[in-house]
Amino acid sequence: MSDHPHTHPAGPASGGFAPVPPALSQTRRAPINYLNAAYSVRSWLLTLDHKRIGLLYLIGVTFFFFVGGVAATVLRLELMTPGGDVLHSPDAYNRLFTMHGVIMIFFFLVPAIPGVLGNFLLPLMIGARDLAFPRLNLLSWYIYMFGGTAALILLIFGGIDTGWTFYAPFSTTFSNTMVLPAGIAVFITGFSSILTGLNFIVTTHTMRAPGMTWGRLPLFVWAHYATSLIMILGTPVLAIAVLLIGLERLFGIGIFDPALGGDPILFQHLFWFYSHPAVYIMLLPGMAVVNEIVPCFTRRPIFGYKFMAGALLAIAVLGFLVWGHHMFVSGQSMYAGLIFSFLTFFVAVPSAVKVFNWCATMYKGSVRFETPMLYALGFIGLFTIGGVTGLMLGSLGIDVHLHDTYFVVAHFHYIMVGGSIMAFLGGIHFWWPKISGRMYPELWGKLGALVIFVGFNLTFFPQFLLGYLGMPRRYYEYPGEFQVLNVMSTAGASILAVGYIIPLIYFIDSLRKPANAGRNPWRATGLEWQTASPPPTENFAVAPVVTTPPYNYDPAEAEQTPWNPFQPEQEPVHVG
Amino acid sequence: MSVESPAHAAAHGAVGHEPSQPHGNGHGLVAHQFEDAPQQREAALLGMWSFLATEVLFFGGLITAYVVYRWKAPVQVAVASHHLNVALGCINTCVLLVSSFLVALAVAEAHRGNARKVVQLLIGTIVLGVAFLGIKAVEWTADYHEGLIPFAANWQIPSHDLEILAQRGIDADQFGLYKLFWVLYFFMTGLHGIHVLVGLGVFAVVAALVWQRRRSKNFANLVEVTGLYWHFVDIVWVFLYPLLYLIDRHGPGH
Repeated sequence: MSDHPHTHPAGPASGGFAPVPPALSQTRRAPINYLNAAYSVRSWLLTLDHKRIGLLYLIGVTFFFFVGGVAATVLRLELMTPGGDVLHSPDAYNRLFTMHGVIMIFFFLVPAIPGVLGNFLLPLMIGARDLAFPRLNLLSWYIYMFGGTAALILLIFGGIDTGWTFYAPFSTTFSNTMVLPAGIAVFITGFSSILTGLNFIVTTHTMRAPGMTWGRLPLFVWAHYATSLIMILGTPVLAIAVLLIGLERLFGIGIFDPALGGDPILFQHLFWFYSHPAVYIMLLPGMAVVNEIVPCFTRRPIFGYKFMAGALLAIAVLGFLVWGHHMFVSGQSMYAGLIFSFLTFFVAVPSAVKVFNWCATMYKGSVRFETPMLYALGFIGLFTIGGVTGLMLGSLGIDVHLHDTYFVVAHFHYIMVGGSIMAFLGGIHFWWPKISGRMYPELWGKLGALVIFVGFNLTFFPQFLLGYLGMPRRYYEYPGEFQVLNVMSTAGASILAVGYIIPLIYFIDSLRKPANAGRNPWRATGLEWQTASPPPTENFAVAPVVTTPPYNYDPAEAEQTPWNPFQPEQEPVHVG
Repeated sequence: MSVESPAHAAAHGAVGHEPSQPHGNGHGLVAHQFEDAPQQREAALLGMWSFLATEVLFFGGLITAYVVYRWKAPVQVAVASHHLNVALGCINTCVLLVSSFLVALAVAEAHRGNARKVVQLLIGTIVLGVAFLGIKAVEWTADYHEGLIPFAANWQIPSHDLEILAQRGIDADQFGLYKLFWVLYFFMTGLHGIHVLVGLGVFAVVAALVWQRRRSKNFANLVEVTGLYWHFVDIVWVFLYPLLYLIDRHGPGH
């Protein structure tokens, strides 16, 4: 390294980059970035810039998140009392929880982090100008919005009552609701996911900057690579399952309906072959975010980089082998159940590697509790609870008792909400200076994180108890003795709702303020922090060359340097 | 950790390089996000391979359903399969294999920059693809006249087949699985047919583009990537043909 001191202009936190030619300093006065490069509506709707497409996704997923959230609020209101007081019919309740599930899973959780942060950051992190296929990227957003809008319209005009799982033969033979249009909407939206995954895989393979070896890729990129593998290999199987449902519904042929000679378990196999790995589509990007936040706010290199990257791939691969644990009591063979149970325990190993290594990264680090770190810590704790309860459900005997109870509901919300959404919010806070050029208000940020954490636990922890005591899921009435825990859960949900509105308000509010975040407020490593905030359309004024390993934080430096990322910078700083 | 020497970095054409300018690939044929033509070619090929991985899983789900029912109702599947025309299926297999061969030749010619040859070979491929669909249409029409299309109004199990099923000890309430073979047959060959149709449309566009770019000779990637897709469509048929046509050909029930 000492042979080329000029490649390290500002110490370890700057990564290692080629020097800037003096000619570029003239951009100082009027920085053109991806946001102010053009203002017309057309320049947004027809943009090929991955950063703008990321923002388009941000608008889409935020909208669907609040739609799904409104459905959840009404569900929790209904469950506040043992009788049916709000919705008056079990049928309406069925449609509402299906709407909540379909919207939240297919139109929020699956596209949220990859669509917003993945699109925005992946090319920046590997030092590329854009994704490999910008047009496909824009197309995937349009497919997503088309599918989402179609789903929303049909859910409002009639809806479906099958649950997001579309189980046959109820969905094919008995349900009188709009199963076919919903299936088509899900089928179409699947292509959005496939195109995103394909784009990420090709980009990671072919677009890395000189010196950005596989061993220097940020774990964010590794996690999105693993996610993309699941997207392109899992989604088509869901597509075929949904097509077969449509075929059976249209023509009354017994592919899945046992009364017509079909096999309902086959549908469950096809469905969960996608939908279990889909859990990792929602979770791995969350891990991607936490991988970046934890080293930055502890000022230490990530512990066990190779194991962390390997664990991400192992989760993606093993995630394809455990789908049968959704079907222990559905009539699949006992031996299949045993093997799926064993494999379920096996997938916990790489997940535990992640958690232990995050903890080891923090150990003896100078931990700084800014908002992104609060969300990351929330993720680690809640994901651990969600994961360990997942192991309980993965044990054959316990599953017989807990299957289809609120224990399952609590478990997967700890993974989906406690994991994915905490990470999503943490990531938005962490990269907001990069995305918008502005800091969010830190006090409100911390308050919001705290409210969400408290509200979340109050909502979902009582559901573990409810499920263990035997309250089944998907019922709109329940015996009176479950009311205390249900009221706690509903109270928690109201707190959670407030918690989600706080960041929405201050993020929008921050846009009115001047762009003074500077290029690297967190003094983080990583190529995305080396370019301006917001970045120019072509990402880097000078194509970067990478010379250092990832997470090149220096613990000693952390002790000496004052830390105040929220100090507005007087003059914007640019590359170099 | 290692340090990239500036010389090495310069060899990548990265240092001091102005991304907003048209970049140094000499002929302006590389899209803005790529550094150079080899990178663009690598991305295009890997993109198509990734897409084909998706397609494998798509047909994989369907073949899984097929395997489940083949295992669950071997007799019904065999009896139904005897209605398929092996001779036409065999001819169609040959037609697709030859078309794939023409595509392979077209890719080789595209790398030599020989636009005229490429267009001729692609037209040959399109002709063979149309022939494949034509033969398939003949088969489907015959099935319709026999009342073997489960989605059509005239569907019924031929009485001869009912006798054979009864002879081979199948209960009447299990006859539904006989119908399922036809559902899967039409679904699988129909889905494959759609892929053939898409391929023909794409080849028509590619042939036009190749002719348009015959002077700049910037069409090798295009032909190679669509060629990969066509080979995949061909391979799917190579699996479908034995799975659907060549069942229990020496067993009882003829």
